[in-house]
Amino acid sequence: MIVATDVHKRYGKLEVLRGIDLTVQRGEVTCLIGPSGSGKSTFLRCVNRLERIEGGRLAVDGELIGYKTKHGRLHELREHEIAAQRAQIGMVFQHFHLFAHMTALENVIEAPLRVLKLDRATAVARATDLLAQVGLEDKLDSFPSQLSGGQQQRVAIARALAMKPKLMLFDEPTSALDPETVGEVLEVMRGLAAEGMTMLVVTHEMGFARGVADTVAFMDEGRVIEAGTPEQVLEQPAHARTREFLARML
Amino acid sequence: MQPIDAVPVRRPGRWIAAIAVAVLAAAVVRSVATNPRFQWDVVGEMLFSERILHGLLLTLELTAIAMVAGVALGVVVAVARMSPNKLLAGAGAFYVWLFRGTPVLVQLLFWSFIAALYPTVGIGPFEADANLLITPFMAAVLGLALNEAAYMAEIVRAGIASVPEGQSEAASALGMSRLQMLRRIVLPQAMRVIVPPTGNETISMLKTTSLVSVIASSDLLYSAQLIYSQNFKQVPLLIVVCIWYLAITTLLSLGQAALERHYGRGVRRTRKESKPMRFLKPAVAR
Ligand SMILES: Nc1ncnc2c1ncn2[C@@H]1O[C@H](COP(=O)(O)OP(=O)(O)OP(=O)(O)O)[C@@H](O)[C@H]1O
Ligand SMILES: [Mg+2]
Repeated sequence: MIVATDVHKRYGKLEVLRGIDLTVQRGEVTCLIGPSGSGKSTFLRCVNRLERIEGGRLAVDGELIGYKTKHGRLHELREHEIAAQRAQIGMVFQHFHLFAHMTALENVIEAPLRVLKLDRATAVARATDLLAQVGLEDKLDSFPSQLSGGQQQRVAIARALAMKPKLMLFDEPTSALDPETVGEVLEVMRGLAAEGMTMLVVTHEMGFARGVADTVAFMDEGRVIEAGTPEQVLEQPAHARTREFLARML
Repeated sequence: MQPIDAVPVRRPGRWIAAIAVAVLAAAVVRSVATNPRFQWDVVGEMLFSERILHGLLLTLELTAIAMVAGVALGVVVAVARMSPNKLLAGAGAFYVWLFRGTPVLVQLLFWSFIAALYPTVGIGPFEADANLLITPFMAAVLGLALNEAAYMAEIVRAGIASVPEGQSEAASALGMSRLQMLRRIVLPQAMRVIVPPTGNETISMLKTTSLVSVIASSDLLYSAQLIYSQNFKQVPLLIVVCIWYLAITTLLSLGQAALERHYGRGVRRTRKESKPMRFLKPAVAR
C-alpha cells in the first residue's frame, strides 16, 4: 500500500528525512516508533503530501504521491490532483484539529458533502453510523469545545473514515490525551485494525504496538533503522539505538 | 438554614458620583429643551423632509456599497498578501501601503478629477468618456471602497492569522481545495475576529461618507448644508443630521451584536457570559 524508497526531506538546511525505506502492506498495521525529532511526523505528512519530498520515491497504492510520470518524466501534480490523492488517505492528528465552529456531526459530513459531493441525507446517515461506531451516538450536536480529548479524537477518526480512505495515518493519536481516555481511542483503533484497515501509526504506546501491529519500524535521525514483527523489534532489537530507545521507554 | 442578614458595604463615593452626574444631566437637558435658539420645532419639521430623506438614502447607499465592495476587495487583498507567491504578496502589501497611507479625502478628490488624467477609459474597443462614467457618485464609491479595502485587508488578514494552522491542515488532509478550505473552514472561524472591527468600520464609514460633500454628492450632510444655505437654520439642521447618524449607528450596533453572537458558535460554552463591563460589577456578582 505504501512503498517509500530513499525518501528525502529537508527544512532549509536541516535534513529531516535522510532516505526512508519502508513498505506497508495492504490490510496491515505498521507502528512507527523512535525518539523525538527523528522525523516520524514529517514522514507521515509526506505520505499525504502535506509536505513535499525532495528526493526518492513515495507511492501509495501504486500511485506516486505528488507526481505523475508522463513520457518517462516526472510531472508535478496540480492542486486538485493532490487533493484527490489526499481524499483517499485519512489522517488523524495528535491535537485532533476538529473544525471548532462545527458540531461533531457537521465535522464528519463536511468533506463527504464538499469533496465526495454526496447528498446530505446519505452523508448524515453515514456520519451517524460512524459516530455510533466510535461510541458517540449521543454527541452528534456537541461542539468540539464541549467534548473531552478522547471524544474529540474519536470524532476526528470518524471524520477521516467518512471519506472511505484506503489508508489511515495516525500521528501520536493518544499523546495529547488524559491517561483515562487513551484506552477508548486505542479501542477504536483496534476495531479498525481488526476490520482490515491499512494503518500507519506513529505512537509511543508500546502495548498497542505489541498487540496490534503487524510491523514495527524504528526511526532515528531521519532513517528507518530497523523494521520487523513486534517480537523482533521490541523483544530482540538488532540495533543498539533501538535497544537504547526501548530501554528509555520502559 | 440561617439567613444571612449582613449590612452591605457602603460605597459613598459611588453615590456622590452618581448624584453629580444626575444633576449635571438634568441641567443639560433643561437648557437644551428650553433654549429657543435650538429651534426644536424646525428640527421636527425637517427631520422627515424630502431632501433630508434623499440625502439619508444616498448616505446609506454609499455606506452599503462601499462596505460590501471594501470587504470583498479586502478579502482578495488579504489573501494575496498571505500568498506564498512573492509578487502577489508584494502587490497586496503595496495596495495597503498606498491606500492606507493617504487621506481618504484626498483620494475622493483624486477620483473626481480622474477625467483630467484619463479622458477616456475602456478596454479595447469599448471606450467611454471618463467624465460621463465617473459621476460624483461613482467617484465617491471608488474613493470610499478602495480606501476601505485597505483597512479591511488588514482586518481580514488578522482574522485569518487567528485561525490555528491545524484547521487548514485538517481540511487539506480531507482533500478539500484551497477555496473550500477558505470558505468553509478558515473564514467562518476568522469571522469571530473580523466582525467586531468590521462593525466599527461600518459605523465609521457611515460618518466618513459625509466627506463626499466635497465632491458635490448630495449625501445627508450636503443636503442639510444646501438647505441651511438658503434658510440659515444651521443649528436645527445639524441636529437633524446628528439624529439620523445616531439612529443608524444604533441600528448598526445591534446588527453587529447579533453577528458576533452568530459567529461565536462553538467557542463559548454558554451564551450568556458576554456581558460587557463585567469587571465593573462587584466581585460577588461574578
Ligand atoms: N515546518 C518545519 N520547519 C522547520 N523544521 C521543522 C518543521 N517541522 C519539523 N521540523 C524539524 O524536523 C525535525 C523532525 O520533526 P518531526 O516532527 O518529524 O519529529 P518527530 O519524530 O515527529 O518527533 P516527535 O516525537 O517529537 O513528534 C525536528 O528537528 C523538527 O524541529
Ligand atoms: Mg511528531
